[in-house]
Amino acid sequence: MFTVFGIPLQLLNGQLLLGLVNGAFYALLSLGLAVIFGMLGIINFAHGALYMMGAFVAYLLLENFNIGYWWALLLAPLTVALFGALMERLIIRRMYKVDHVYGLLLTFALAMIIQGVFRLLFNNAGLPYRIPAELQGSINLGFMFMPIYRAWVVVAALAVCFTTWFVIERTSLGARLRAATESAALVQSFGVNVPRMILLTYAGGAALAAFAGVLAAPVYSVNANMGENFMITVFAIVVIGGMGSILGSVVASIFLGMAEGLTKLFYPEASALVIFVVMIIVLMTKPSGLFGKGH
Amino acid sequence: MPETLLNVKGLNAWYDESHVLHGVDFNVRAGEIVTLLGRNGAGKSTTLKSIMGLIPRRAGSVVYSGKELINARPDQIGNAGIAFCPEDRGIFRSLNVTENLMLPPVIAPGGLDLQTIYTLFPNLKERASSQGTMLSGGEQQMLAIARILRTGARLLLLDEPTEGLAPVIVQQIGAMIREIKKRGFTVLLVEQNFTFAATLADRHYVMEHGRIIDEIGNENLHSATGKLHAYLGV
Repeated sequence: MFTVFGIPLQLLNGQLLLGLVNGAFYALLSLGLAVIFGMLGIINFAHGALYMMGAFVAYLLLENFNIGYWWALLLAPLTVALFGALMERLIIRRMYKVDHVYGLLLTFALAMIIQGVFRLLFNNAGLPYRIPAELQGSINLGFMFMPIYRAWVVVAALAVCFTTWFVIERTSLGARLRAATESAALVQSFGVNVPRMILLTYAGGAALAAFAGVLAAPVYSVNANMGENFMITVFAIVVIGGMGSILGSVVASIFLGMAEGLTKLFYPEASALVIFVVMIIVLMTKPSGLFGKGH
Repeated sequence: MPETLLNVKGLNAWYDESHVLHGVDFNVRAGEIVTLLGRNGAGKSTTLKSIMGLIPRRAGSVVYSGKELINARPDQIGNAGIAFCPEDRGIFRSLNVTENLMLPPVIAPGGLDLQTIYTLFPNLKERASSQGTMLSGGEQQMLAIARILRTGARLLLLDEPTEGLAPVIVQQIGAMIREIKKRGFTVLLVEQNFTFAATLADRHYVMEHGRIIDEIGNENLHSATGKLHAYLGV
């Protein structure tokens, strides 16, 4: 059998694919965090809870109304976006004028409350969510078997990341958002309803998290803690990519997802650590992150 | 006499606890160029910001085109037809020149089209994809004014457009403001540069300690020179 550094090639490919899938989830989650931090200056610790809610909405739609995966991909982000909009309007909005750390503490508390409620309602046990019939099975790539659902996750995540980047960097709506991060008052004086734009940005970030949650439902089991487990890693990735940088978040996510996968193969004991080691090295050499603007 | 486009009465404004405008009264008629003159700290810039709703606390009356705006949000004031060009020019670093130019949404018909703007400001077309803040000071000022000519706003509030610019650029800005007036815009101008203001304006208001203390028609400027020197301490 063909091997690389004593590791069978099939195993290597498998781990790389797993890393790529994890990287795709990291990318979707860190993207939402980057957008929210870039536009609102809020370090959104509630992001993991919103991701978890997305998965639960998909689960509940299927269990109670027999509404399947494809509709859930649309309806769960919409539902969670609505919830996010309410959160921004009623609570988070009050944090814009104070230091970032207050927003962080507040959203952390919100995450605890949301997770607590879901734990109360559904216990800690993982709930199963089937892969939709269209995406079951795998294809033989010659050098390995590729589960179709995993390939779909990577493609869907990258498509959403690209769309988000395009909207923010290349459209007039995105230009307004970018301008509002520099001077909200001046943009508002031009006749733009900036508070509403910020509300929609938070709702959009929440929708991205929920979309990731629906994608994740068939891969990881649906449970109240699924976001919490992910979020610490995702925050490390956002810091490595550069706070608020969309491109940085996505690139760092894919790269670190795969680095994590490879570490599992060569030195499994370090796999949970590798991202944080990278974070320390990056922060020591470039404190604003790889793609950060340094302000 | 043309209609009064802007009527400010008893305008008060506060930054946190400090009371900076103490009952400002003046008006601007359609098609006029009116300047606010005064020393540093007299409240000229604050008056512009208060009209625009950009000061946290204000009271009194700001009537624009028959509509009371004292309780309106900045975006509502912008949509009513007033546009603001701030002292720091407010060019966005993360936007290129075209994005900066196209940023303010069109709020009413009657603004200049892009073709006309590029004729008036050829530099903006040449440097379309440059980062906004990479332009020279003069070009940034042109961009800051050009972008509010597109929107259909009729009253332009210009805060020290000539500050820090070379004399030849100041002349260009002056020519531009005259051109704007010819095209039917109304301008409320804050200026330190009194000689510059004198070549443009129809009327001048002098501010001191957050109040209007005098009004001088440009035709009387010559006879009022002594008085003005005393006011402005030049």
